[in-house]
Amino acid sequence: MSDLILKMKDIVKDFSGVRALDGVSLDVRRGEVHGICGENGAGKSTLMKVLSGVYPHGQFEGQIEFDGEPVEFRSINDSEHTGIVIIHQELALSPHLSIAENIFLGNERASRGMVDWHETNTQAQVLLDRVGLKEKVTTQVLHLGVGKQQLVEIAKALSKDVKLLILDEPTAALNDDDSEHLLDLIRGLKDQGITSIIISHKLAEIRAISDTITVIRDGKTVDGFSMSDKDNSTSRLIRSMVGRPLDNLFPPRTPNIGEEVFRVEHWNAYHPVDTHRKVVNDASFYVRAGEVVGFAGLMGAGRTELAMSLFGRQYGTRVSGKVLRRGKEISTRSVNDAIANGVAYVTEDRKRFGLNLIASIAANVTGANLQGVSKYGVIDLHNEIEVAEEYRDSLNIKADTVSQRVNTLSGGNQQKVVLSKWLYTTPEVLILDEPTRGVDVGAKYEIYGIINKLASEGKAIVVISSELPELLGLSDRIYTISEGRITGDLLREEATQERLMQLMTAGEN
Amino acid sequence: MSEASTKSKKETTGRTPVVGINARDYGLLGALIVIVALFQFWFTDGKLLLPANFNNLISQNAYVVILAIGMVMVIIAGHIDLSVGSLVAMIGAISALAIKEWGQPVWSAILISLLVGAAVGAWQGFWVAFAGVPGFIVTLGGMLLYRGLAIVLLTGGTIGGLPDSYVAIGARWIPEWLGRVNELDVFTLLIGILGALGYVATQFKSRAKLKARDLPRESVPVFAGKMAVIAGAMLFFAYLLAQHNGTPYVLILLGVLVLAYSFVLNRTVFGRHIYAIGGNRFGAMMSGVKTKWVDFFIFVNIGALAAVAAIVTTSRAGAAQSGAGNFYELDAIAAVFIGGAAIQGGVGKISGAVIGALVMGVLNQGLSIMGVDSAWQQVIKGLVLLAAVAFDVMNRRRSGGA
Repeated sequence: MSDLILKMKDIVKDFSGVRALDGVSLDVRRGEVHGICGENGAGKSTLMKVLSGVYPHGQFEGQIEFDGEPVEFRSINDSEHTGIVIIHQELALSPHLSIAENIFLGNERASRGMVDWHETNTQAQVLLDRVGLKEKVTTQVLHLGVGKQQLVEIAKALSKDVKLLILDEPTAALNDDDSEHLLDLIRGLKDQGITSIIISHKLAEIRAISDTITVIRDGKTVDGFSMSDKDNSTSRLIRSMVGRPLDNLFPPRTPNIGEEVFRVEHWNAYHPVDTHRKVVNDASFYVRAGEVVGFAGLMGAGRTELAMSLFGRQYGTRVSGKVLRRGKEISTRSVNDAIANGVAYVTEDRKRFGLNLIASIAANVTGANLQGVSKYGVIDLHNEIEVAEEYRDSLNIKADTVSQRVNTLSGGNQQKVVLSKWLYTTPEVLILDEPTRGVDVGAKYEIYGIINKLASEGKAIVVISSELPELLGLSDRIYTISEGRITGDLLREEATQERLMQLMTAGEN
Repeated sequence: MSEASTKSKKETTGRTPVVGINARDYGLLGALIVIVALFQFWFTDGKLLLPANFNNLISQNAYVVILAIGMVMVIIAGHIDLSVGSLVAMIGAISALAIKEWGQPVWSAILISLLVGAAVGAWQGFWVAFAGVPGFIVTLGGMLLYRGLAIVLLTGGTIGGLPDSYVAIGARWIPEWLGRVNELDVFTLLIGILGALGYVATQFKSRAKLKARDLPRESVPVFAGKMAVIAGAMLFFAYLLAQHNGTPYVLILLGVLVLAYSFVLNRTVFGRHIYAIGGNRFGAMMSGVKTKWVDFFIFVNIGALAAVAAIVTTSRAGAAQSGAGNFYELDAIAAVFIGGAAIQGGVGKISGAVIGALVMGVLNQGLSIMGVDSAWQQVIKGLVLLAAVAFDVMNRRRSGGA
């Protein structure tokens, strides 16, 4: 028997021309807990999807060996039969079924098509005891909190005779107690001989649980060390994660910063379903005219939730706090209030929240300010086209006509349409959430140029981004946010990726 | 040098390309023409377009057009309304009662009907928009509710003997003001000519505006061909009606409704909001569209249009019957989907819905003339609906659209 349970070698995976994995290798020893670290978009999740057969054999290059044997998974079923089970960040339980039904979903305890309920429930009870969940097996899953649902997922994995358990951000949505319990459970499973891979942004946690850590960056394995190595420090981890040099990706800009335009004081918001969870916690910040302010935070830190709760209360419940524009309190209670008060929000998910994909460029551009092209509720269609043409020229949207449907455009051009739409509301404050997500490098540069131009016109700009180099390249000032709290306010000169990463993971150490 | 050449290339390819034929819109019109031709020349031996039959085609299917106009707006917004057939029966009963039992004049009975229609629409709109109950359920309930009330109001029977001025709406013609020449009603011919001229003039005007702003427009043959077909059809239909009893009142009503609602959907902020909601409800909300109020008014509107359909239906029948309007909702929904609307919402046009209604009408009329049993008529209409939508779906998949 080989000492390695899993060996992935030179994995390469392309998505329509974009290289997500560029020769990643991963060796996991039998019976260890193996941590995988990397920035958002480094390729961790893609790698796990390759491993679990979500991307079937043949859609990527490279070899996978499991238990010393080469394997070619064609589906998740294949990998689960071999003993590899992945638990995704978004839990995949069926809320109206019981715990026991969920555990054996797709793997029912049945004979001749009839479910054996006695068998189902007794076996489920055994598994719940193993993961330490004190709930009745007949309880509907929707009555469980996220932490307990996580345990049900693990029980489900155990029911499949798991040999290698992969957990993608298992504690991202958990509170401290639940996280601690989960980590204890993983240690317990290790004692029973189950190997685990854990993907996490929480560096303290990953250092506490792992025996070995692999760092992935830009689709490549860049570092790997054992916790028994001499240099196993957090700073080594951070250095490896962000180690990319800042190249000349950003058009130059001379900031011309004026007076304060936008200020938020003591902003709070609670999770809309789990109403006791505070997602935005006493956040205060300000932006000045002509200033680009970055917001850095890990996934789930509350960046988007902060922005969306500010913009017309489109996120959260029990939202409270004050918003001031040029020192005077304004309402952003509804989207229309926010727009009328000069606030615009460019969403991170343009397909879901930003665009009407089946409508024309022109209809999208005027979508948030139809008053601008209409009189007494009647739209001047020719004027609308002229407006859209102006933005097509000034933002360089590549399309034959502005009557073209938005779903025929590339990601970068779609993003320019969303930008046009919000610019047409003539905002004073522009909140850009992941403005370059899913945008190719060339269009990124153009969008940076647009942001710089808007700042030079005196707009106050907030950029939320998962990419630290992007924030460092664009911003005059950067706030860090961690677990809903603002943990830092750094000038560009004093900000480094290492420093930001420390503040973004603050509160967990 | 290379910079200059790329720049000029951009100008020639990036500016004012010709808009191709919109295959979907014209395909639909083509399908209608094919169906008409099939019935006219093969199945009915030229009887489909006899003047009297053409007159009946319009007056018997007016309700489909009226309801389809309301329905297309509901469907674009991503909802459905199953209640309009029952609502036609209930409001028909109320308008007959208003005249015969409550002693109201005809104008007042019509006003009452429209108000009741709008109020019922507001009731349904409230549940859909503000209480969040799916429109399918709200209107399924309404379907039973209004049918039941119609039977209660009419105590199971019918109310006949409606005054002439009421009956005229659905069953009479505009008087022959200008007399007849060569057996043809001059007034009807005049309306046909004015309609065709008006159509041609607006087309030229809009093309001129596009040209003035150097915006893309159709190529000359397409533009001319489209105008020739549509204006020619208008003149031909006027000629047919002029041979019979002239212009039915209901045709004028349909014309006004089609023009008004095309304007609402294409040109007003409200219309644009309907498309925005159907295309991406979250996106519309995040752009400040008051999605709940838009939903509400869509239902108020179809309630009022159901009242118009009720008046037309009741007046044509000359009596209110509790069984009136049976399956009307399905006719309207079928017309809308034949007319190219998408079940997911966001897509649909008044012109499509009208053509869809005409397809259904021609099938009704043509099959009746052929003497096809009504059971088999339903079988055929069902298959046509399935075929039309399946064709559209496959077409869209091939062209890679949404």
